[in-house]
Amino acid sequence: MSTLGFCDLTISYDGDCAVKSFNNLVNSGEWLCLIGPNGAGKSSVLRAAAGLVKYSGSVAIDQKEIPTTSAKWRAQHIAYVPQTPLIPAEMTVYEYVLLGRNPYIKHFASETTQDIDVIEKVMTRLDLTQFAKRMVGTLSGGERQRLVIARALAQEAPVLLLDEPTAALDIGHQQQALELVDALRREQGLTVISAMHDLTLAGLYADRLVLMHHGACVASGNAQNVLRSEILAEFYGVSARVHHEPDGTVVVIPQRSSSN
Amino acid sequence: MSTQGRHHSTLWFALSGILVLCAMLVGVMIGPAGPTWWRVPLELLNRLPFISIDSGVSKADWNIVWLIRAPRVVLAAIVGSTLSISGASYQGVFRNPLVDPYLLGVASGAGLGATLVFAFSGTETSTWLIDPLPLAAFLGALLAVLVTYTVGTSFGRSRSAVTLVLAGVAVTSLTTAIQTFILQRNNDVIRQVFSWVLGRLSSANWGDVRLVLPYVVVSTVVLLLHRRLLDVLRVGDDEAVALGVNIRRVRLTIVLAATLGTAAVVAVSGLIGFVGIIVPHAVRLIAGSSYRRVLPLSVLLGAAFLVAADIPSRVLADPAETPIGVVTAFFGAPFFLILLRTRKNL
Repeated sequence: MSTLGFCDLTISYDGDCAVKSFNNLVNSGEWLCLIGPNGAGKSSVLRAAAGLVKYSGSVAIDQKEIPTTSAKWRAQHIAYVPQTPLIPAEMTVYEYVLLGRNPYIKHFASETTQDIDVIEKVMTRLDLTQFAKRMVGTLSGGERQRLVIARALAQEAPVLLLDEPTAALDIGHQQQALELVDALRREQGLTVISAMHDLTLAGLYADRLVLMHHGACVASGNAQNVLRSEILAEFYGVSARVHHEPDGTVVVIPQRSSSN
Repeated sequence: MSTQGRHHSTLWFALSGILVLCAMLVGVMIGPAGPTWWRVPLELLNRLPFISIDSGVSKADWNIVWLIRAPRVVLAAIVGSTLSISGASYQGVFRNPLVDPYLLGVASGAGLGATLVFAFSGTETSTWLIDPLPLAAFLGALLAVLVTYTVGTSFGRSRSAVTLVLAGVAVTSLTTAIQTFILQRNNDVIRQVFSWVLGRLSSANWGDVRLVLPYVVVSTVVLLLHRRLLDVLRVGDDEAVALGVNIRRVRLTIVLAATLGTAAVVAVSGLIGFVGIIVPHAVRLIAGSSYRRVLPLSVLLGAAFLVAADIPSRVLADPAETPIGVVTAFFGAPFFLILLRTRKNL
């Protein structure tokens, strides 16, 4: 159970500002979704929280500033799933999930029986047991996504950062992956921060949406408040219709201009 | 790891161990001069405590075995295992399967150091009280790597593995240019330098073994300790950091350890190419690509490979020596091609 706080977070790459004064507090067990056009700074926020980029301002997990913590401590508290994980072809599924235990294994030691227990639990939970000896390169897109999430879960970290978790998946596997994250969040009280492009899915699963544009947070709140056609038109440059289903689901549909 | 996989690698370790011992035994049995080959194992048994066998090996013949062949075989084993484990480690740390232990300027730095000694010492250096050749090669190698590492990690904020490799290429070109310049002005030493560059184990004595052993032991132990972390590095810098690896420290340690070992063996044996690429790859093809198996198996098979390669290098052009670098490439390359080919058919 952990909270993640961003205060005046600013990130620049070679003088170009990627994120400007980003403020937010993500509560324990909450799912926050960052949305916004390409290059809005969503990934940079996630990378800052994972300790992968230099920044000014503050990013703190349970009041501990990220840069003051060791890489090992961070990995025990924050699991990060990048947009396109580098999957080594010649590695078995079991070996790959085992990498998630690295923060708990002493520098020069090997995994303990406790580590193996965790791995086996995670693999059973994500239906990967039958693939244990398969090479990761031979898995399909949906299986890979489960594999990478399994590695992240093996870290037993209370905070899960997901960069575009559904980008390469078909609609069925998109739903599967997000349902899985949602279920895990409820079971284990995970704090989830994701960056997503599919606005309908983002609104459907996240507790709160944060719309970013040119590195700044321009709107935030629940799906009804953020997913409004005038807001989307202004920041995405899209003309879209927004439907409100009776159950509260917000559906975003782009509009074809020549259809009259 | 599954029980089956563990069982499998135990088998490979046992086989490789036996292979090393066999290669070393054959290595001390065969040579242009000395006792009949089958008498050597008998004499070895005779030398063991509580065993007495009349092997018929004379004192002079035994000296050939013990003072000429044995140090040569042991040195070949040390050089082979060090080049192999360094090669495997460099390939892991740079995530590039084509990287060899001479990357980062180790080879050219050592070559420059050796060239300077040949060009400016004037006399045959092996009669000096302390032979400056290994020392100069060692210092040249370390200096080149130091420059590569400083330059490669200070340019650009990315500090990526690629920058380091590029810096290695630049340093190699520079040192090679200086070496060529010196050689051109002292062309009487070209032959000596050339024969050093091609690698030699022929003049090995126990002193050489003692000289490299401390460096090689430190290097090998440090690299073996990092075998699990090398597996974590396989997912890329960012993800390795997110998995809790202090990537700069780990990379620096591995590069330094691999370079220390490489520089030490280059200093006594010259440049023996191909071992550091072919052995780790052969290991990967037979035992999978987890560094937890690749590193220790590279040590064993690297030793066996170079000891075996040294045997034809002694007898092929008897009484002359065939440079061992020629033998490793001549036998190594086809072997590698066959492995790749069978692999493709799987």
